[in-house]
Amino acid sequence: MTPDISHYVFIGSVMFVLGVFTMTSRRNAIYILMGAELVVNAAALNFVAFARYRGEDLSGQMFAVFIIVLAAAEAAVALGIVLQLFQHFPTIDVSKSNTLSE
Amino acid sequence: MEFFETTRPVWYALLILFLPLGAFCFNAFGFRTEFVKKRGHVVPLLGIGTALFLSCSLFKSVVFDHHGTNPEATVAEDSHGVAYDDRFVYWSTEEGLSFPLLEAGDFQIVAGILIDNLTVMMLVVVTLVSFLVHLYSTGYMHGDERYPRFFAFLGLFTFSMLGLILTDNLLLLFCFWELVGLCSYFLIGFWFQQDDPPKASMKAFLTNRFGDVGFLLGILLVYQLFGTLSIPGLEARLRSGEPIPALYNWDPHTLCTLAGLLLFCGPMAKSAQVPMHIWLPDAMAGPTPVSALIHAATMVAAGVYMVGRIFWFFTPEALLFIAVIGMMTAIIAATIGLVHNNIKKVLAYSTCSQLGYMMLALGVGGYGAGIFHLYTHAFFKACLFLCAGSVIHSVHTEDMREMGGLKSKMPVTYKTMMIATLALAGVPFFSGAFSKELIIEHALYWGVHGGILHFLPALFAIVGAVLTFFYMLRLMHLTFWGEPRNKERFDHAHESPPSMTIPLLVLATLSLFSVGWPIPFLGGHAIPEMLPSPPSAVAEALPSIEGGEHGHPGLGYILTSFLVALLVLAVGWLLYRRTYKDQRPGPDAWVRRFPQSYATINGLYFFDEFYQATVVRAGHALSRTFASFDQRVVDGAVNMVGTLGQALGRLHGAIDKTVVDGLVNSFWHLSHLLSRMFRRLQTGNVQDYLTFAVAGVVLVSLMVLFLGS
Repeated sequence: MTPDISHYVFIGSVMFVLGVFTMTSRRNAIYILMGAELVVNAAALNFVAFARYRGEDLSGQMFAVFIIVLAAAEAAVALGIVLQLFQHFPTIDVSKSNTLSE
Repeated sequence: MEFFETTRPVWYALLILFLPLGAFCFNAFGFRTEFVKKRGHVVPLLGIGTALFLSCSLFKSVVFDHHGTNPEATVAEDSHGVAYDDRFVYWSTEEGLSFPLLEAGDFQIVAGILIDNLTVMMLVVVTLVSFLVHLYSTGYMHGDERYPRFFAFLGLFTFSMLGLILTDNLLLLFCFWELVGLCSYFLIGFWFQQDDPPKASMKAFLTNRFGDVGFLLGILLVYQLFGTLSIPGLEARLRSGEPIPALYNWDPHTLCTLAGLLLFCGPMAKSAQVPMHIWLPDAMAGPTPVSALIHAATMVAAGVYMVGRIFWFFTPEALLFIAVIGMMTAIIAATIGLVHNNIKKVLAYSTCSQLGYMMLALGVGGYGAGIFHLYTHAFFKACLFLCAGSVIHSVHTEDMREMGGLKSKMPVTYKTMMIATLALAGVPFFSGAFSKELIIEHALYWGVHGGILHFLPALFAIVGAVLTFFYMLRLMHLTFWGEPRNKERFDHAHESPPSMTIPLLVLATLSLFSVGWPIPFLGGHAIPEMLPSPPSAVAEALPSIEGGEHGHPGLGYILTSFLVALLVLAVGWLLYRRTYKDQRPGPDAWVRRFPQSYATINGLYFFDEFYQATVVRAGHALSRTFASFDQRVVDGAVNMVGTLGQALGRLHGAIDKTVVDGLVNSFWHLSHLLSRMFRRLQTGNVQDYLTFAVAGVVLVSLMVLFLGS
């Protein structure tokens, strides 16, 4: 059995849902970052899968590469934010850093 | 310059008129200056003195040099062929010296000056008495805290009185008439801190209002009938013989009588004629110089002057009414004079009685006699009042029972008062004798030419004369003769200062040296001769009526009245001797013998009680009615509007509270509720928001999946 588009979309969906679930349910900033990575990579997987399915050009793969770059940059920035957060509050639990709320 | 030469009397008259006003203004507006405070009498005395000098000069020029400018008026003959040549009239309306005061369509009032014999004689009397009273007041009012104000009022009064005399139309005469009334009010109430003067001044003012209503109605009727209020114009209009228009189908003669009676209402109140005399005795609450000037010599005589001024206007019926009123006044006031114990009030009733004589004389056609009595009376009555003032000043009481024996203490006052008393009583060769005899003459003449009832005025005049002599002797007896009844007051009594005795001497001289005699240096004229009776113009204009003119009594009447006068004096003296000298029956015995009459007279004929029960009560009832109307209807309406407004306001408030506020509040409640609801969603937690977003996406996806197709 050769994998077709539906399998890729299914895998992408599972990754996306897992990523969103991680982002919403976790308190730890690192985990949230990881969830976001999952969502981004699910999207990249879909790009590649659909590009392959259309088979015309490599624009989907191009986007995937961009996404990878973006994810790297994002990880760098987000980890910086997390570090700053930890310096400001002695924790990285996002539910504790609520001083801007009412 | 020629204009000034020909109109000289008018300029004199204006100067005479405005000098006292100037004095008033000086004192009234300069009352803060030290000069007025210390020497408040200087300017008024100078002003009135100059006016007196000018008046005498004008008198000479008009009466003796005949400097009139009315060429036709020198001699005119009335229906009886009697020359009547007192009309050396000088009226400024014909000289380009008139001042239009009021113009409304056809109606116009022109202020002019009328100068004839009557005017100049009154001018001399008023300025002379006023001057003497000013002089007297410097002594009498010395030390009063409102000394300058007193002189200011005297000046204002003199101005008003002179205006009343000089004006040539009825409306202005009425204005000055009111003005003298106002001054009288001020001066009666001069000592307003005491109890009586304010009440008395109010009474005088109100009583005069009643008469003045009639006067004003009379003026309106005259205007309605003749279309003019100018006195010379009116006389010319009447004498022209033009028929008098009938109004509302009324007979012209009745209308003229009515107009005359209405006009007479003014003098009736002003000259204190029965039944409107009640204010005069009370007016004695004012300072004595005021009583002498206003309530004896001048203002109360203004009524007589006014009747004399328009004498030709009165119909025989109106004159009859005047005669009856005068007769009643003469006798009623004289009887009250018999029993009163207040020296000033006796003199007040005497004034009342003498004014009655004047009215009686005018009523029976004795024009010259009435006006002449006005002159003589002005001098001797002013003298009597000033003497009384001198006595009061000395013993500090007005009650004659506290006096007695003052003859030795106050010789000048005693002698002058004695002369004035004899003049008032009509003792021959004193001034009053001439005028009073003239009046009795005319009354007798009237009686002879009328029915038996027409003798009543003469009878009353004679009885009144007896009473006059008697009450004056009683006054002298209680005051100057006999034993002092109050030792303390007697010991303190003293003669008054020269500023007070000089006026007394002058006035006594004028009462003694009678102006009734043909005066040599005045060209041998006697005053009554200068005042021939003007014939009734109304009667002339109404040919159907037998002339209301009375001729001049002859020698027979003169002799009769002279004998009557002697008889009167004899009876009066006898009564006095029996009562006070021999004490047979004595004053108390008289009272015991006629208790009823005494009670009536002592109760002043119950006029005050009568008015209290009628006019005053009616006035009170009327004002109570109006007050209750005001309270119930007017206030009710106002209150109803208020209540209505209040109810509307409440309703409006309720609507505002419930509906409008409810609406506004419900919005508030709604948004509050919603925000309470939705604020739960706003947790501030990004993860929650993400959850919601994902849930939303899932929801939308499901909807598209199941419903979209």
